[in-house]
Parts: sequence; C-alpha cells; structure tokens
Amino acid sequence: MRFKEDIQSGKFVVTAEVGPPKGTDLSEMIHRLEGLKGKVTALNVTDNQSAVMRVCTLAVAKIITDMGIEPIYQMTCRDRNRVGLQSDLLGASALGIKNVLAMTGDHPVLGDHKNAKPVFDIESVQLLEIINGLNAGHDMAGLELKGKTEFFAGAVVAPEANPFEPQFAKFEKKIKAGAKFFQTQAVFDMAKFMKFMERAKEYNVPIMAGILLLKSAGMARYLNQFVAGVSVPQELIDELASADKPLQKGIEIAGRQIAELKEVCAGVHVMAIGVEDKVPEILAAAGL
Amino acid sequence: MIVAETKSLEEIRTMLNSYDRVLIVGCGTCVAVCHTGGERAVNLLGTTLRLARKVEGRDIEIGEQTVIRQCDFEYLDQVQNVDKYQVILSLACGVGIQGMARKFPNIPVLPGVNTTFMGFNEEYGYYTEMCKGCGECILDVTGGICPIARCAKSLLNGPCGGTNNGKCEIDLTRDCGWILIYDKMNNMGQRDKFMKINGPKNHRKANNLRYMDLRNWI
Ligand code: SF4
Ligand code: SF4
Repeated sequence: MRFKEDIQSGKFVVTAEVGPPKGTDLSEMIHRLEGLKGKVTALNVTDNQSAVMRVCTLAVAKIITDMGIEPIYQMTCRDRNRVGLQSDLLGASALGIKNVLAMTGDHPVLGDHKNAKPVFDIESVQLLEIINGLNAGHDMAGLELKGKTEFFAGAVVAPEANPFEPQFAKFEKKIKAGAKFFQTQAVFDMAKFMKFMERAKEYNVPIMAGILLLKSAGMARYLNQFVAGVSVPQELIDELASADKPLQKGIEIAGRQIAELKEVCAGVHVMAIGVEDKVPEILAAAGL
Repeated sequence: MIVAETKSLEEIRTMLNSYDRVLIVGCGTCVAVCHTGGERAVNLLGTTLRLARKVEGRDIEIGEQTVIRQCDFEYLDQVQNVDKYQVILSLACGVGIQGMARKFPNIPVLPGVNTTFMGFNEEYGYYTEMCKGCGECILDVTGGICPIARCAKSLLNGPCGGTNNGKCEIDLTRDCGWILIYDKMNNMGQRDKFMKINGPKNHRKANNLRYMDLRNWI
C-alpha cells in the first residue's frame, strides 16, 4: 500500500481508473489492466459509472488487489442508504482495501436504468464524515465497532465548473469533512485550473489533476456537449480531427498535459476509458 | 398548493370500461387552479367520455358534481345521489380521492388524476415543486430555498459536480437548486452559514405513518 505514503510524502503519484464491465466475464478487463502493475500508484474502480449498471466495485477492487494493483474504491451515494454504505465500507476494510473516494454520484436518469429510485440518503460531504467516524471506531449512529477501519479518504472537485464559487465552497466543505486528497474532473483549461490551484494552496491538501484521454475529435465534441464541467478547447479538437491516428494523437496530447501539470500538482489521475492498457504509453509520452 | 395532472383519456377509459353509470366528482380547491379538478375540468371530461362512448356505440350515464374540498368530510357530505352510480371517478388530489373512498365505502372510487407535487404558482399555468413535506424543515440553513424539493438529489451541502451553467445535470432547462441557494445566501452575506456542514437528514420524520393531532388545542 503505497498510495497514501507516496502522496503524503510529496512524491508525484499517478492513478488511473477502470470501469467494471457489464456482465460476469472479467477476462478482457483483467487483460487490459495487466500492464498497469508497477506503472501506476493506484487504480480507481468506478462505481456504476454514469449510473450504468455494472459489476460491483468492491468485487473488482478485490480482484485487482489480488493482481497486485492497489485500488481506490469509488463509492457513490446513489444506490445505497447509510446502512448499505457503511456495511460495504466495513466489507472493503475487511478485504484490505484502504483508499476510498467519496462521491455523490450521477443521477439514475443519466444511466441505463432511468426509472430507478435514486437513494441519495446521504451525500459526499456527509460520507466523508462517516468514514472518519468508522476510522475512529464508531458508526454514524455512534455505536462502537468491533475493529475500526483505516481508510484514506479522498474526494473529487471540478475546477472548471460553472459557476465556480459554489463548487469551491463545496470543495472547502469536503476538506472540513475529512477529505485527505482530491482527484479533479478532466482538466483542459490551464488558466482556470491554475486559478483553482492558487486558491486551493492554502488548504494544503494534495490535488491530482484529471487527465482524460481524448480518443477522437468526435469524443471531444461529445464531452463539450454533454458532460458538465468539461470543456475541450477547439485547438485540441482540430488537432485530433487532422490526425491520421486520432488515438495516438490523444495519447500524445495527454502526455503533453501531464508534463505541463506535473509542476503544479501532487499527481495526475488518468482516465483512459476502455483503453486502460494505453496508460503506460501516455506516461511514457509524458516522460514519466 | 397541490398540483395534479389529469390522467390520459386512454387510461381513464380503460379504468371505466366495465361501467355504464359513472359519477365524476371534482374538487374546487388546489387542483382546480391547475385546471385538473374544478367544475370545468369535470365538465370537459364528462363530455369527452360521452362522446368517446358514442363513437364506440355504447351508452354511458355520467353525473357531474364538484365540491369545495374533497379532503374534508364536511364537504364530502354534499356529494349527492351516489346510489345511482356504479363507480366514482374523483378529480381531486390523492388526499381527496382517499377521502372520497372512505366516505363511500361500498362503491369503487377511481383516481382521475395523478397527484404530482406541492408547488408554487410561478405564473399562470406554470408551477414549481417547492416542498416534499419532509417533516424536518431546513429552510433556515438554505436561504429559504428547499434543496429536498429543488435539487434532483436532495443534497444538503452544496451543488454536485453535475451542475452546468447553473442548471441541473438531469434537466438543463431547470435551475440547479444549489446554485440558487448559494447565490441567495452569498448575496445575503451568509456564506459562513453556507459553509457549515449539514448532517444527514432524519428520514424517520418523512417515512412514518404521519398524522397531526390538534384536537386538544382547537
Ligand atoms: S425542507 Fe422539508 S419541510 Fe422544508 S420545504 Fe423542504 S421538503 Fe418542505
Ligand atoms: S445539478 Fe444541482 S440540482 Fe441537479 S442534482 Fe446537482 S446539485 Fe442537485
């Protein structure tokens, strides 16, 4: 378990993420992750990402642990109430999982079970407080646990969100609630990001910049249209559009971004949706 | 006020398919304002159903009445000649429909409307849900804007990452409740208050078998 030690000691950390597949056949996912061992400090396992139903995060976090990759267990508040969330956290702890990323989660109407009843019994800020409580040896009802957890809890922030002030207020609340590190939404607008980093500095919490691998100009346009808090600049879209091999170009762009962000962040979080096996190439392009 | 929408004609016709003598009872209060339950709505539905049956070549006898409120026995006493009918179709909110079903235990009472929410009359014919009746009002810490009703995730501590130019991630035509709350509190000089972490809600107050007993008080 190096993630916590590395990030706290100021070492530059690299995380990537994997979305569990929809179905019981995990062989392809495992195949894509094999090359990541030793290349990334830790790997996020997403939680029914975009509200699309998939294999549960906990199972995949355990599977990658067994592969020798340290997991960051993403936990959203969308699908479980406070009983379920705490119960899963205890289970994760029992399985040796240490890193948790607390998030509210996308609304079900954005996913593939649109008629689902959203839970949102609690939300990200409160979940962070709950995790602190479990670490201190009690559940949120104040009842004592037989054996406490030792979670290293983090949270997310969207530095390019519009409007930004309310997002920043929530970022502050998350720190107050016990977030020990942050991964950001994909960063494209350097000026905005630098402004955020400047203000975040005084809080003294490690921030990992989100790097999203652009696979084509079409994907970039889609992000601009449909994903909140992400805006890909036109130059990058043009660059991708005119490239012979857009994916290769995307890898080059991501590498460039990492090299640039390396100076200002505690680390980077690389999102290579569906092509996690390309992460080592991205890191190589960044000179890491 | 309580907002409801009339069920589709198809749905109502299916519900009434096996009946030939129907009493439609409207409610003259909340749902009359949103054109769902008042005298005109009762009239319009009655006419439409008669026409539809005529096209089918079947007879139907429809009675039309409207009372001031269906959520109060005092007004339900005014419903007349129920014995002449096989079924009551109520155009009131869910409370009124259930009141009707209690008042007339021997005749089926059918819902003619879908009760949607408690809303504010923004402008003529346009309503916004304002309260979910959660039983633990927190408007004091949210600048008088309800996040339970006006945030799609009923969050308690600020906007989610999905807020998009001040709109909600699930519907870009609707304001993000938390941006409204932040702006309002910030403008009132209450950013400090906003920064306080609000703990998890006590959902027991919303999930219990609720009642209010003022009998000794009045
Ligand atoms: S906090 Fe509860 S009682 Fe108050 S307005 Fe919102 S839903 Fe209604
Ligand atoms: S965008 Fe705003 S209103 Fe919509 S779920 Fe997020 S915080 Fe709530």
